[in-house]
Amino acid sequence: MARMVTTRHKVISTAAAWLVGFLIFFPILWMVLASFKTELEAFAIPPSFLFFHWTTENYVTVQERSDYFHHALNSIIIAGGSTLIAMLIAIPAAWSMAFSPTKRTKDVLLWMLSTKMMPPVGVLVPIYLIFRSVGLLDTRTGLIFILCLGNLPIVVWMLFTYFKEIPKDILEAARMDGATIGRELIYVLTPMAVPGLASTLLLNLILAWNEAFWTLNLSTLEAAPLTVFIASYSSPEGLFWAKLSAASTLAIAPILVLGWFSQRQLVRGLTFGAVK
Amino acid sequence: MKNVLCAVAGAAALLISAPSIAQTTLTVATVNNGDMIRMQGLTSEFTAKNPDITVKWVTLEENVLRQRVTTDIATKGGQFDVLTIGTYEVPIWAKKNWLVPLDKLGADYDVNDLLPKIRDAVSVDGKLYAAPFYGESSMVMYRTDLFDKAGLKMPESPTWDFVVDAAKKLTDKSAGVYGICLRGKAGWGENMAFLTAMSNSFGARWFDEKWEPQFNSPEWKKTLTTYVDLMKQAGPPGASSNGFNENLALFNAGKCAMWIDATVAASFVTNPAQSTVAGKVGFALAPNTGLGKNANWLWAWSLAIPAGSKKVDAAEKFIAWATSKDYTKLVAAKDGWSNVPPGTRTSLYQNPEYLKAAPFAKMTLASIDAADPSHPTVKPVPYVGVQYAAIPEFQGIGTQVGQQFSAALSGSTTVDAALSAAQSATEREMKRAGYIK
Repeated sequence: MARMVTTRHKVISTAAAWLVGFLIFFPILWMVLASFKTELEAFAIPPSFLFFHWTTENYVTVQERSDYFHHALNSIIIAGGSTLIAMLIAIPAAWSMAFSPTKRTKDVLLWMLSTKMMPPVGVLVPIYLIFRSVGLLDTRTGLIFILCLGNLPIVVWMLFTYFKEIPKDILEAARMDGATIGRELIYVLTPMAVPGLASTLLLNLILAWNEAFWTLNLSTLEAAPLTVFIASYSSPEGLFWAKLSAASTLAIAPILVLGWFSQRQLVRGLTFGAVK
Repeated sequence: MKNVLCAVAGAAALLISAPSIAQTTLTVATVNNGDMIRMQGLTSEFTAKNPDITVKWVTLEENVLRQRVTTDIATKGGQFDVLTIGTYEVPIWAKKNWLVPLDKLGADYDVNDLLPKIRDAVSVDGKLYAAPFYGESSMVMYRTDLFDKAGLKMPESPTWDFVVDAAKKLTDKSAGVYGICLRGKAGWGENMAFLTAMSNSFGARWFDEKWEPQFNSPEWKKTLTTYVDLMKQAGPPGASSNGFNENLALFNAGKCAMWIDATVAASFVTNPAQSTVAGKVGFALAPNTGLGKNANWLWAWSLAIPAGSKKVDAAEKFIAWATSKDYTKLVAAKDGWSNVPPGTRTSLYQNPEYLKAAPFAKMTLASIDAADPSHPTVKPVPYVGVQYAAIPEFQGIGTQVGQQFSAALSGSTTVDAALSAAQSATEREMKRAGYIK
């Protein structure tokens, strides 16, 4: 009897989970479907779900009109570069704040977070002027720099909370056993912090990939990443929904695939320390 | 010795001739509208004639482009050589000396061929600061089959009373057909473009001669009441989130009996590849109330050169090419006459081939002629612009007022409350900007 209830319970909860998952995924699925429709079918009322004339012409047009690979490469370099640099700066910072905090540590953390509270458009003109003067406009270096600065507070905060979950006693025990700082870092702390590091890295990569204010405003041609690529297909006067969907699908594809492969780390990292 | 001399002479000759084969790269910023995409595709025709010029395109969504280009021009960032801007920006930017006057477009450019209203809109003190690429007004697009079925006949210049009456008669909610589709999405270039043009036909104005906001006037109340009542009775559901594109989709899917919007939409709704009602569309002038002004606007997407550009000559060459009569012929030869950029040149509207291919041509021209940016409404105004007031503050104020009017349409506020909120918001902004005390 009890077994039956459990099975039924399982079936229901599985079905519910799939339903919720499908609902959340639906907008992305709809976009992918629209990218295979003709412009006429893309706005048909009522919309056709699967039974329409499938076509890849949108992808051909998009690739003909703009160089996808140029933009994708820029996105990879900018998102990857800014993430790596942010991690390099944030790991030691979070480390020292978590394991040897001072009187001011809390204030410093709050101050860092406060830099995220100002809307970026408020500093657009000064940043633009600085970039113009030092020749960073429309360069990948400039965008890596600004995205790195923008995400640094989040990275430090995330790493700080992960590190704090690691019991100090374990590190102390390692020290008692005669481990040097290097050994302590590599053999004791890193294995325990891997999920946290991985999820911080991934989240930061996704944030940098999707960043659409600075990348749109500080790039023109050479450094333009995929956000600019998408923006060039949005139009207030004319219906290009199928082409816009194709461009968007292409733009999110790399990060979506990466997300799928690293799902386990991401979920582990995000719930890391939730249960003690 | 002779050899050395020869070598030196040769090197000198190379050095002297080097600049003539140097490449100039033009970066053109533009919007993602059909006519601009076509121009992008035809760039090779220009570079074939001008082998020393390379053209690179930055295409962005209109609002993104506006912010991007404004930042760059205000800081003299120098990222763009040719800008695509509208009639709203031209007078403001020209007065700030942000644009290069276009006085070297060449002898065969024929400036006098530009439609007078459009030419005025992109000129300041008689000097051309941008070259119009395509011009538009607004007009009524209606379904001839539905009108015939209901026994109605659309006059060439309808009144608002007729439009309201017809819209109610043509609404068949059970069949999913609505009498009229109008913009409702908040924004100075969305619902406020339509509503400002509509208010002109009711004799309303944004400001009086002393820059005092006029939303407390009976004319504005009549405009907004007519609009909200009409949309409640004969408009599609959720109209407060509809802009140009949403209405275009509805009209093309056969859901609207009438749609009042940009004349440029005419080529979309009559194109069988895009529209399910392509053969059943008629055109009429935007409605009036008998006060001598129609509810139609005036806009031209134009090409301009930012001041401080180091490539003025090449940029001017490109602009002259893209807005010339020859460009029109080039598009006609490649894609047919109905696809040429409309609304900029008188000669186009005298071309029998164009008139034959574009059933909307006559009404587009009449609509453009009926708009007057210097005298947009019945009473005198201190500003220039039909569906906007060409002052830098207008974007912000227009969008704020647009949000109030959109809320009145969705029913979350009343017409009176929306008007008084619009009045106080506009007063506050105009005081802050120093127009009024």
